Amino acid sequence: MNIAVLQFPGSNCDQDAFQLFASGLGLPTRYVWHKDTRLGEADLVVLPGGFAYGDYLRCGAIARFSPVMGAVREYARKGGLVLGICNGFQILCEAGLLPGALIRNSSLEYRCMTCELAVEDAGPAFNPGTLGARIRLPIGHGEGNFRIDEAGRAGLEANRQVILRYLDNPNGSLDGIAGVRSEAGNVFGMMPHPDRAFERFHPSRDGLSVARAVLAARFPDLIRKSA
Amino acid sequence: MKQGGLPPNPDPVLNQPITPELVTKHGLLPEEFEQVRRHLGRDPTLTELGIFSVMWSEHCSYKNTRPLLKGFPVEKTGATADFGRVLVRAGEENAGIIDVGDGWAIAFKIESHNHPSAVEPFEGAATGVGGIIRDIFTMGARPVLVTNSLRFGELDSPVTRRLLRGVVAGIAHYGNCVGVPNIGGDIYFDRSYEGNPLVNALCLGTLRHEQIRRGKATGLGNPVYYVGAATGRDGLGGASFASRELSAESASDRPAVQKGDPFMEKLLIEACLEMMAVPGLVVGIQDMGAAGLTCSTCETASRGGSGIEIELDRVPQREPGMNSYEIMLSESQERMLVIVQAGREREIEEVFAKWDLHAARVGSVTDTGRMLVRHHGVPVADIPASALTDGAPVYQREARRPAYLDETSRWTPERAGLADLDLAGARAALPRLLSHPTIASKRWIYRQYDHMVQHGTVVEPGSDAGVVRLRLGGSEKFIAVSNDCNGRYCYLNPRRGAMIAMVECLRNLACAGAAPLAMTDNLNFGNPYKPENFYQLKECVEGLAEACRFFDVPVVGGNVSLYNESPEGAIDPTPTVSVVGLIECEAHITRQYARAAGARLILLGGAPTELGGSQFLGIVHGKKTGDAPAVDLAAEKRLQALLLGQIKAGRLGAAHDLSEGGLLVAVCEMLFGLVGLGAVVDLSGLPSPRQDALLFGESQGRALVSAAPADEPAVLAAAAAAGVPADSIGEVTADGALTVKTARGPLEWAVSGLRAGWETSIETAMKRPGLG
Repeated sequence: MNIAVLQFPGSNCDQDAFQLFASGLGLPTRYVWHKDTRLGEADLVVLPGGFAYGDYLRCGAIARFSPVMGAVREYARKGGLVLGICNGFQILCEAGLLPGALIRNSSLEYRCMTCELAVEDAGPAFNPGTLGARIRLPIGHGEGNFRIDEAGRAGLEANRQVILRYLDNPNGSLDGIAGVRSEAGNVFGMMPHPDRAFERFHPSRDGLSVARAVLAARFPDLIRKSA
Repeated sequence: MKQGGLPPNPDPVLNQPITPELVTKHGLLPEEFEQVRRHLGRDPTLTELGIFSVMWSEHCSYKNTRPLLKGFPVEKTGATADFGRVLVRAGEENAGIIDVGDGWAIAFKIESHNHPSAVEPFEGAATGVGGIIRDIFTMGARPVLVTNSLRFGELDSPVTRRLLRGVVAGIAHYGNCVGVPNIGGDIYFDRSYEGNPLVNALCLGTLRHEQIRRGKATGLGNPVYYVGAATGRDGLGGASFASRELSAESASDRPAVQKGDPFMEKLLIEACLEMMAVPGLVVGIQDMGAAGLTCSTCETASRGGSGIEIELDRVPQREPGMNSYEIMLSESQERMLVIVQAGREREIEEVFAKWDLHAARVGSVTDTGRMLVRHHGVPVADIPASALTDGAPVYQREARRPAYLDETSRWTPERAGLADLDLAGARAALPRLLSHPTIASKRWIYRQYDHMVQHGTVVEPGSDAGVVRLRLGGSEKFIAVSNDCNGRYCYLNPRRGAMIAMVECLRNLACAGAAPLAMTDNLNFGNPYKPENFYQLKECVEGLAEACRFFDVPVVGGNVSLYNESPEGAIDPTPTVSVVGLIECEAHITRQYARAAGARLILLGGAPTELGGSQFLGIVHGKKTGDAPAVDLAAEKRLQALLLGQIKAGRLGAAHDLSEGGLLVAVCEMLFGLVGLGAVVDLSGLPSPRQDALLFGESQGRALVSAAPADEPAVLAAAAAAGVPADSIGEVTADGALTVKTARGPLEWAVSGLRAGWETSIETAMKRPGLG
């Protein structure tokens, strides 16, 4: 087992994501620098939150061109597991690895708060068995307003690609969409932060369940043990 | 006057004669100019005049406050081997450092960015955050939290709304991107800050003892590096700008405001910490904040007892054609000066290449005691480094008790014939107080700040003190930070008001379960040349120093911001206090929120009896008068020891200090943590001369706590043993109603209605447009 957490120069939740897997789940975890063109052996690649290259343009618009993203694309094409959290989700959308786009919050303000989320039935790829129907996760973003065109929206619903929805929409996202998966079921993106919900004193420990849900289909034994 | 000594500057514009008008324009008095000439033994060049003007500004030199600040204690007399030893003292470096045990330490400091925020709120506040974060990682510490102390006019003013929106967005923009959680702070709204808002930012970082770095240039021949962002023409003379009053023309000073780039700062933090982790590589380091390249070069040389020479051609520049005056006085952000061990240049260059940042060798350390600046090879400034730092003038200004104090200090409700509250008045007053922005929920503000990044935030903004978990090597520690200062009290009684700021911070920490380590202060006052303003400053500093000594809480640094005046006059004196405390173990962390129905409510410290300086008097009667509430330091200490002791004994479910709005506001705030809670409170037996003072007065040394019924007798017994008055005043209920029995009859409110006004007040006000 080997979790690779990418580090862009402006990643600021890289340590949070690292600790979610390393201390939260007790899994071997390491960093991969954005200038690297190889990921090495990895069972899951995590794109953490932050402001990859400052995000003064559209969030993730520069990151998609970074050296490491070529390797991530190749890894995903071969079916490797990829999880993007917050800025990581924005980058995956910009890179075309996930459908849709994330625009400015409808409030035009940054939002940091804890949200109630409905866990959608997204098929076996995102194992709902470990999650339950409702979870609570913090958010922290200025651009988390999920948008997609009509055809894309229909596709998302038809393929059960929505994994999380806000119960009380904090940013104006279409249909309250907070997280999606790729059609193939190996790339996941979400604006809420499982990496802020795993310690005793966090608003919840649902981040652990989310991390397990991403790994569950591939590594059922490991998840059974850690849960 | 003749200009002798140095050859002509390569830029002819800088060769103009130094006239008395130019000297005045640079904010120097004629006698100060004479001192400059004596230091140099000749007339200064224009570049040198600019350098002296920023270094001798109040902002950099503390020339009007240095003698006063000497009264602060700088050591913790009761420090133990692993708690509270001062490792770097106030004034020695960019920030003070305190031992927290196991070889770890914390560095923290507060600093203001008031004037820039007044003319350009977004960039002014953003760069304020950036500046204080640099002060912390300069010391070798990783920044782990920021807080803010803000003061604005009332929100019914469209100009104030524009300023608040811009300041909050600016703080959010910078702090969120850099990735340092903003865990709280304090904010007051009062007319005295109209047109001159206060924006004070605190940053705290963690480091190993051996990682401590100093801003010293030592080692003859060691190379001096400039790292970070390129120099532009922004922020020219910002330190001087901060050292004069705001006026109608201040908007034209916008070029004195810097422009921040938080992404650059993030890179700079990581690159600098990586570089500093290499043993022996960094000899000295200092950020380029106020007075930029000027301040960092002369201060490092002066501290090192050495000299420094630099060539401006090598300074990375954002635009062509900048002259020596502009380069030396620019306050472009995100830049640092690093003195590197000779022979190890490649190592630092590799680190900065990794982070795609400039690292330019601009000069070297000398042993001449002078700061020598060349441009295109021509010497343009040659000044004894110590003349700019220790040689700055020091003044003892005249203090005169302001006349208004005669009237306000004698005011009492009885003398003024102020009618006491009847039941209807009391019923109406509580929601009014709760929805005043000073008391109301600050959610609209803190939800715009990332307060959770770094995943260590334990107590989120909104409670008495913010609490974060520090992961220090293999161990963890919990620290609490509280900010406070009620400018209204300081206006009415400067000495006492400042003491209250301190004791309230300490009380907040005690309520959170923390023992105080040290404090940092930001002295925000008006023009010190006006004797009334200087009186306020002097009284406040003396009051603070007395409280610090009494509680054995040393000052580890801070900031002085004077000239906080708009055409309408000076602000209320505002010596903002921030105290950092340590919580022994996670189980001791206590919040202000009641957690379940059935808990008993106990008032510690006795019934409130005073009305002077209260929010009630301001909001309901439109008065800022009376004397500030009395302070009894010994009683405060007993109360805080009791709070901490009972928290450690596991008897308190919630603890909340009584402050703005008084007892009933505190009760409400305790109930607001959990939807559906109510309370039955009986105040009919409490002795107080007036109903309004009992319900809404702001007597100090009080706290409201909740305890399970089984624990209540033990809490009351402990209070009796400690000599702290304790009254069991009621119980938390689950029916969502707040019922208060008073000597004049019963009062009742629906908590949901009170909460709605409290929760949405600022948000609703901010939906209206801003102007200006």
